[in-house]
Amino acid sequence: MTGVPIHLQQCGKTFPDGTRALHPVDLEIAAGETIVLLGPSGCGKTTMLRIIAGLEAPDTGGRVRFGADEVTAVPIEKRNVGMVFQSYALFPNLTVAGNIEYGLKIRRLPVAERSARLQEMLAMMRIEPLAHRRIDQLSGGQRQRVALARAIAPRPRVLLLDEPLTALDAKLREDLRLEIDRLLRSLNITAVYVTHDQAEAMSLGDRIAVMDHGRIAQIGTPQDIYFRPASAYVAEFVGTMNRVTGSPADGRLVFAAGFVPTANDAHEIMFRPEDLQLVDSDRAQFSGRVISSFFLGDHTRIVIDAGLSDPIIARVQQRVGLRNGDPVHCRVDPGAILNLPA
Amino acid sequence: MQSRSPYFWPLLAFTLSVCAFLIVPVAMSMLAGVTRNYFIGVQSGLTLEWVVKVWTDYRHTVFRSIQIALACLACTLVLGVPAAYVLARKSNAFTRAVEELLVMPVAVPGLATALALIVTYGGWGEFRRSWVFILVGHVLFTLPFMVRSVLAVLASIDLRTLEEGARSLGASFTQRFFGIVLPNARAGILAGALMVVTLSLGEFNMTLLLHTPLTPTLPVGLADAYASLRLEVGSAYTLIFFVIIIPLLIAMQWAAQPIARTSARPTR
Repeated sequence: MTGVPIHLQQCGKTFPDGTRALHPVDLEIAAGETIVLLGPSGCGKTTMLRIIAGLEAPDTGGRVRFGADEVTAVPIEKRNVGMVFQSYALFPNLTVAGNIEYGLKIRRLPVAERSARLQEMLAMMRIEPLAHRRIDQLSGGQRQRVALARAIAPRPRVLLLDEPLTALDAKLREDLRLEIDRLLRSLNITAVYVTHDQAEAMSLGDRIAVMDHGRIAQIGTPQDIYFRPASAYVAEFVGTMNRVTGSPADGRLVFAAGFVPTANDAHEIMFRPEDLQLVDSDRAQFSGRVISSFFLGDHTRIVIDAGLSDPIIARVQQRVGLRNGDPVHCRVDPGAILNLPA
Repeated sequence: MQSRSPYFWPLLAFTLSVCAFLIVPVAMSMLAGVTRNYFIGVQSGLTLEWVVKVWTDYRHTVFRSIQIALACLACTLVLGVPAAYVLARKSNAFTRAVEELLVMPVAVPGLATALALIVTYGGWGEFRRSWVFILVGHVLFTLPFMVRSVLAVLASIDLRTLEEGARSLGASFTQRFFGIVLPNARAGILAGALMVVTLSLGEFNMTLLLHTPLTPTLPVGLADAYASLRLEVGSAYTLIFFVIIIPLLIAMQWAAQPIARTSARPTR
C-alpha cells in the first residue's frame, strides 16, 4: 500500500450561517507521511479533515489534490479514502467480518480475494476471534480496531482519523495508540490524524499542525513544536509552560522572588517544567514555596508559589521529599528560556 | 429468597382483577359465538352454526379487510419509510412542521376525515365505489404511525456518521440506503407495520362513511351483523376476527424481535 501526497491549496470553509471555520490555508502532506492536526475544539481541524475526505467542499478557490489527481469536485465515495471516526461508525446490522468486507463488496472484489483480504485485516488488527461477533458485543477498543481494519481493507490512498481514541479510557487509549503507530509505519500510508490530545500528536505525528481559530499556528516536527514553539499559544497548548513576567535589567528578568536569565529586554519569558532545577540557596536564581507536590514514580511534579500570577510548575527527577510550605530554590538554564510573541 | 413488599399480595390481586375485567368480556364474547342460544346460556349447547353462517355470509368482508390492510401496509412502507429517513436526516423548522402535521389525521376524528374525502372526491364515481377509496382513508390514518415508529429508531442511531462511514467506503446513496439505513431501521419498520396492519384491520370510524354496500370491511360487517342479526352471530364474527388477528400479531411481534443475541456481552 503506497500513499499519495495531499496538496491543499487555499482551502477555506465558511458555513452558511457565516461562521469562518477555516481560513484559506495551504498544506502539503508528503506521500506516506502522518500529519496530526492538533488543537482545541472549534479550531478548524475537523473541518480540514472533512475537506480532505470530501465530506465538505472548500470555499470557492480552494483546491484539493491527491498526487496529480484533482479531487476537489470528487465526492467522498469516489476519493478512495479510509476513514476512522471517534464514534466508530460501525454498522450495527453487520458482524465484524461484514463490516470489514463492506468496502470490498462495494468495490465488487471477487469472493476469494475478499476473504483473503478479510483474513489479512483480522490478523493485522489481531481480532481473528471476533470475526463473527456482532458489533454490540465488542468493547470500545475492539470496535476501534474493527473500524481501522474496515478503513484500510480496501487499500485507500489516504487514511483519515478523526479523534479515533477520544472515546476510549486511558489504558486502552495508550494500547491502541501504539497499535495505530505500528500500523501507520508498516503500511506507509499517507495519514491525517485529528486530535486535541498533545500526547497522541507527539507520539504519532511525523509532523504536527497546531491549529488556532481556523488557522495553522505552527507546523513542524514534534521536536520543533515542543522545543521551538512559534508562539505562546503553541507553547502552552503543547506541553506545560511556565510564564514569568517582570522587569528586564542587564540580561535578567527581575521579579519579586528573584530573576531568570534572558537574552534581551523581554518583559515576559517562558520555560518548560523539566528545565527547572532545584538547587541550594547559594546557586538559586529565584526562590519560592511548595504549594503541592505529586510523586509520579519516575518524576515529581512540584507546584511552586514564586509570587507570580500563575504558580511555577517543576518536573524534577531528583529524589526529593518536600512538604507543602517548604522553601525551594530554583535555577533555569539560560538556553531553555523562550521569548515568544503572544 | 427475596422478601416481598407488604403490598405484593394486594397489588397482585388488583392487577389480576383489572386483567379479569378486561379479559372476561373477550372470553364471554368468544363463548357467545359458539353458544346455541345466548339467552339460555352455555347449557343450551355449543355449536359452530353461527361461525359457519358468518363465514358464508361475510367472508368477503374478511378478504377485503385483509386486502386493504396489506395494500395499506405497502403504501405506508413506500411513503412512510423514506419520509422518516428525510425527517431524521434533515432537522429544520420545515421538517418539524411536517412531523407535527403528519399526526393530524390521528387527532382529527375519523368521521371528519372521511367526510372531507367524500366532499372532495365523492363525485369521482369509479374511485368512490372502489375499495381504493377506503384504502386512501386508511393510509392517511396509519401513515403517522409508520413514520413515527421508523423515525424513533433512526433518531436513536447516529445515522449521519454511519452514512459518512459507508460513503468513505465507496457506497452510493442506493447502496447505503438499502444496505445500511433500512437494515438498521428494521425494528422500527416492523413495529410500524404491526401498528398499520392492526389499525387498518380494525378501522371502523372512517370506513363506515367511506365504504359502499358493495365494499364493506370486516368491522363494518361486524356492526351490520350485530345490528341486524342475533347477538350470537355478531359474537361469532368477533371470534373469526380474533382467529385472524391474533396469529398475525404474534407473527409480527416475533419478527420485530432483534436478531437473537448470543450470550457474550460487551466488556470494556
